[in-house]
Amino acid sequence: MKEFKYVITDPEGIHARPAGILVKQAAGYQSSVKIAKGEKSADAKRIFGVMGLGVKTGEEVTITVDGADEDTAAAELETFFKENL
Amino acid sequence: MITISGKSVFGGVSIGKILFYQRNDKVIKREHVDDVDAEWKRFQDAKDTAVDQLKGLYEKALEDVGEANAMIFEIHQMMLEDLDYLESIENIIRTQEVNAEYAVATTADNFAAMFSAMDDAYMQGRAADVKDVSERVLNILSGADTGIKEMNEPCIIAADDLAPSETVQLDKSKVLGFATMYGSSNSHTAILARTMNIPAVIGLGEDLKAEYNGKDAIIDGFTGTLYIEPDEETMKAMQEKRAKDLEQRALLEQLKGKENVTKSGQKINVYANIGNVSDLGAVLKNDAGGIGLFRSEFLYLENSDFPTEEQQFAVYKKVAESMAGKKVIIRTLDIGADKQVDYFGLDKEENPALGYRAIRICLTRPEIFKTQLRALYRAAVFGNISIMFPMIISVNEVKKIKEIIAEVKEELKSEGIPYKEDVELGIMIETPASVMVSRELAKEVDFFSVGTNDLTQYTLAIDRQNSKLDEFYDPHHPAVLRMIQMAAESAHAEGAWIGICGELGADLELTEEFLKMGLDELSVSPSMVLPLRNRIRQCE
Repeated sequence: MKEFKYVITDPEGIHARPAGILVKQAAGYQSSVKIAKGEKSADAKRIFGVMGLGVKTGEEVTITVDGADEDTAAAELETFFKENL
Repeated sequence: MITISGKSVFGGVSIGKILFYQRNDKVIKREHVDDVDAEWKRFQDAKDTAVDQLKGLYEKALEDVGEANAMIFEIHQMMLEDLDYLESIENIIRTQEVNAEYAVATTADNFAAMFSAMDDAYMQGRAADVKDVSERVLNILSGADTGIKEMNEPCIIAADDLAPSETVQLDKSKVLGFATMYGSSNSHTAILARTMNIPAVIGLGEDLKAEYNGKDAIIDGFTGTLYIEPDEETMKAMQEKRAKDLEQRALLEQLKGKENVTKSGQKINVYANIGNVSDLGAVLKNDAGGIGLFRSEFLYLENSDFPTEEQQFAVYKKVAESMAGKKVIIRTLDIGADKQVDYFGLDKEENPALGYRAIRICLTRPEIFKTQLRALYRAAVFGNISIMFPMIISVNEVKKIKEIIAEVKEELKSEGIPYKEDVELGIMIETPASVMVSRELAKEVDFFSVGTNDLTQYTLAIDRQNSKLDEFYDPHHPAVLRMIQMAAESAHAEGAWIGICGELGADLELTEEFLKMGLDELSVSPSMVLPLRNRIRQCE
């Protein structure tokens, strides 16, 4: 299992569009991808779950990747967050 | 004529007939089904069709409104294929043994409720997306036709609210505007309207009635007003407003970001005149190079007592920061007996134009002047502020002003309050006297700005308020033009720059002449910036 934390810098937070591209990205991995904000956690491959977290700018999220391709997935997702969120 | 007020989401005027869009109101019935597998399959087929439709819409939107705005239809696809959404529907069909329509409607309500409950206006607005995609599936399940019927002529689309898919499916060439009863300015319809440059007014409420279908109407997207069956006068005014807006927008497209340069390469700055902080948007939108005249009077006119240093500081700082390094020329208090401000306690005058006003008040009541100067010097730290003094007639006045400034700076320094040491200082050239001694004045200041309205009135001895004098009045009187020429020569001889901030600056018939005089800047109302740029670029 791999885990990293990230503080959202997109001024709009994870709104519909970034949620959409995150889901698209996460869906590309075999591993399960979880995104958590505080106590709330969601499957990053499900758009309603991701949007339902209501992550705003400046908030920290924890990404947990678990599965066969977790090493690549975690590394790529971390880059993805930095570039898009 | 009926006038309804709402919220504007996109400026612009559109005139045409109303097409009131009414959805088929479907009543979703809960029905028992025996074969739940078949029902689940029926849903999946409908969902696949919906996803295909959304792919088509995405392609269309991509072309019409660009990738960022088209993304919503990709998100709609994701919503339809979201496992939580699908599991909920499957679960309802299988455990309750009910029809797919009921399962979809119930799931949609639940997910929409989740968004509505979020503490974020944007996310609350997404409830409409869930309903929109679910509606699409329901329409396919029930075999209903979707979208707005064929439009034979361009019209104003009115509705209770419009879903993004409904908005984008419209034949854009036939849509004059949108008017809706509900909806938020965060809705995709609002965003799409802005991107598609379609005038739109939302939140008109129950006053917008289906019975207006087919009636003539006007949307004034600037004020957020919908006129039903407009009277002749309104129609005429709106047609003019529309023509002006279209012309402005065409110019804007062509000229934004371009230089104010003549064919032979002579450059001139084009700045904007503003009278309030609320005009800043227009300044930026019209691509002005700076603010050539910021009238500080509103601070005094809108107050019931002298505005405090902090009040003024906040305003000047905001303007300086908003202009992000571009020049902001703030004119100090220009008030007299003709602009009534009770708390100044000014006496009534026989001849206020020649009376106790502007710098004359400031120099005799330095406490008022100093408050303003302190605020200006402090705000200058946050941007590119210049200060300009009105109604100057002599070198002595400028020297007095400089003495007061020196005191103000000394005070700020001893109080340890940050301020800018070197602020560019200029004067208004609006009296014939200032023109006659302009050479001496130019030695004292960094710039001149010609206030042509007063300069014309004082030079020609004509009161512009008196319509009986119209036949004697010539705005292009050679005396006035020679005054400007003389001031320009004096300024340049002493290394100062010179601009115009009066109405003549926007007079396109004179642009060529002003360029010949070698003026460095013209400051005009924000809406004139681009027409003036256009004129400059036509000059040799």
